[in-house]
Amino acid sequence: MSAPRRPQRPAAHELERYAGLFAARTRAMKSSAMRDLMAITERPEVISLAGGLPDTSTFPPESFASIMAKVAVDSTAAALQYGPTEGLGITKDAIRHVMAAEGTEVDPEDILVTTGGQQVIDLVCKTLIDPGDVIVAEAPTYPGAIPAFCSYQADVVQIEMDADGMPIDVLEETLDQLEREGRRPKFIYTIPNFQNPGGVTMSLPRRKRLVEVAAEREILVLEDNPYGLLRYEGDPLPTLMSLADGEYIIYLGTFSKILSAGLRLGWAVAPAPVLAKMNLGKQGADLCSSSLTQHFVAQYFAEGRWEPYLQSLRGLYRGRRDTLLGALAEHFPAEATWTEPQGGLFVWATLPDYLDTTDLLARALQRNVAFVPGRGAYLDGRGGSSMRLNFSGVGGAEIREGIRRIGEVIGEQVELFGSLTGGRPPAPAAPPVSAPDPELADVLHLPRTPRPGAQRSDGRP
Amino acid sequence: MTRVAVLKGGRSLEREVSLRSGARVEDALKRLGHEVHGLDVDHDLVRRLRELAPDVCFLAMHGRDGEDGTVQELLEILGLPYTGSGVSACIRCSDKVLAKHHMLDAGLPTPDFVAFTETAFKQLGAAEALGEIDARLGFPMVVKPADQGSALGLRVAQSAADVPTALVAAFSYSGKVLLERHVAGRDLAVSVLDGVALPIVEAVPEGGVYDFDARYEIGRSAFVCPADLPPEVTARAQELAVAVHELLGCRDVSRIDLLLDAEGGLHVLEANVIPGLTATSLLPQAADAADIGFDELIGRLVERALTRGASAV
Repeated sequence: MSAPRRPQRPAAHELERYAGLFAARTRAMKSSAMRDLMAITERPEVISLAGGLPDTSTFPPESFASIMAKVAVDSTAAALQYGPTEGLGITKDAIRHVMAAEGTEVDPEDILVTTGGQQVIDLVCKTLIDPGDVIVAEAPTYPGAIPAFCSYQADVVQIEMDADGMPIDVLEETLDQLEREGRRPKFIYTIPNFQNPGGVTMSLPRRKRLVEVAAEREILVLEDNPYGLLRYEGDPLPTLMSLADGEYIIYLGTFSKILSAGLRLGWAVAPAPVLAKMNLGKQGADLCSSSLTQHFVAQYFAEGRWEPYLQSLRGLYRGRRDTLLGALAEHFPAEATWTEPQGGLFVWATLPDYLDTTDLLARALQRNVAFVPGRGAYLDGRGGSSMRLNFSGVGGAEIREGIRRIGEVIGEQVELFGSLTGGRPPAPAAPPVSAPDPELADVLHLPRTPRPGAQRSDGRP
Repeated sequence: MTRVAVLKGGRSLEREVSLRSGARVEDALKRLGHEVHGLDVDHDLVRRLRELAPDVCFLAMHGRDGEDGTVQELLEILGLPYTGSGVSACIRCSDKVLAKHHMLDAGLPTPDFVAFTETAFKQLGAAEALGEIDARLGFPMVVKPADQGSALGLRVAQSAADVPTALVAAFSYSGKVLLERHVAGRDLAVSVLDGVALPIVEAVPEGGVYDFDARYEIGRSAFVCPADLPPEVTARAQELAVAVHELLGCRDVSRIDLLLDAEGGLHVLEANVIPGLTATSLLPQAADAADIGFDELIGRLVERALTRGASAV
């Protein structure tokens, strides 16, 4: 079949015509050179430590086949039909199981089934954010949240984490400062467990204080918890939702990391008035999430398969994390630091500040290895010397080889910098061109003066 | 019906842009009634070209392998006609240092510069000459990879303290780096088609520097075409572009990037042998301003390659 003939349109006219139609908010939508670099990481010869992909290769094919067969036979009409916007009751039962495993009891009425966890972020913004409204987020923050924040024209204030997650005293100071400026945040976005990309976990005292602060100041917290059940060591910590008894918390959960990302199923738990608005937002977005995959999840949980599979994933990822940490110790330079996550999928490594990881990626790609440059986790140009490394998506041998290659290119850059500066330590006044001028901090809405004794996200001073 | 292979993608850092250029070229060629085969360039390129036996190859590859003469050399060996410049012109243009030396030798204006390989710094102690370089070129100073398009790895050093980090960044993309005197001025792109300069496009970036993001995001730069310039300046810029095109031996098409300083002086930055063909690219805009539609532009490039192929038989 040949392609239909389209009327010929001159390029420039085409561009002008469409550009004039774009909404103002599209100007705030972010894209970057990084996206183009990332296009290369998809090539098969590249060892990618860049993705956030769960390893779906270990899911038993016979389980998949039998569940699908059961759904096909028992629920043909329903699985092929639209469903209620809030989600199917059978799916909510599975969600209650998952949340109970983290010690969080939830009423099915308070659950909204969504198309992946990502949709929760979008719906929360859609529900709460007018252009210019403030969102407080961790620094670094989940790179995938940034496009959602930007497309709703939010003003994002990021708070640097340390080894125990977001420091709540710094959060309170920031909130005070914002209040003095007459700006009140609509919500605080946090990933308390094995944060993406930071790899750190918010401590129990901070969790307790955060829910108090939220209630005192009547600000919502979006608790993004995709990785809570992927803990490889240490004691589980209570969710913010359970600590707050649901007050001022919007909880985001997902089946992506414990079962399958391809199902595109997540959920939100929120106070009833907020959930009602999010439900309206979802009606406009997609009416309902896939009935077919909701039936798949329900059947999977009904057969009791989820806990053994989750246990197998924990074993698999724990081993890969250990491999990654071992390889970092062997191949990264002494000046580098990195987090040692107790769970999740990511390690955050920070290099000497004269190295820019976006540029480093270009060099690493010549050796067929990729990572996520840190700048993608900030909205203000920081993060330039950090990188996110994933350990769930590829096997141990590839992780070792990938880290060896990255270590090699870092070594070359360090040597080059040494020859350029005569081995002197880097001049403090050598920021990248895009680094914000301190004088501009007010304009750029950066967090104010760093607290004395505040630590970097790697937990080292 | 002509069988056209559109070569695109590959391993260049500009892969994504190339895929976009390639897709638009394929659409145009189909509208023109050709048999079109898009090839994402990979290890099996030669085998696929042999199997396909195209009448002509349209090169929509940007950056390394596509613009540096590599793929052109391969197509020469295979005896397949292709669009655009030949091997030697590609080598001269893709190495910005070589291109600038040719311009200097011919008396064409290009900003003063110094270029070094990584080896010079690591093994010959070139760093000790940085003071002299700073003094000669002054600040701000542009530091960029010698053979990278799209402004990837380009930094503007504001002072001597910025130079080492800027060099490390630029060496991430290339084994050779260019340190260039910064010329404050307007960004002009003059496309040359069949030896004739097209209307000039001026890029007015949102930020200060016309960087990768500004270059490829709709709405990130304002393009003015034809550029709002005095007729005398337009004529000089177009003459200069054609002179550069000819000096470097470009064929069919090229895009010459210039700066116009406050005193009306023109400075050539670089010549591109495979200009972008995406929806935001400058060559299609320039052609459009000359009443040459995108399909006609693509058709002409294919015709010229076919004619060369026929005369070579």
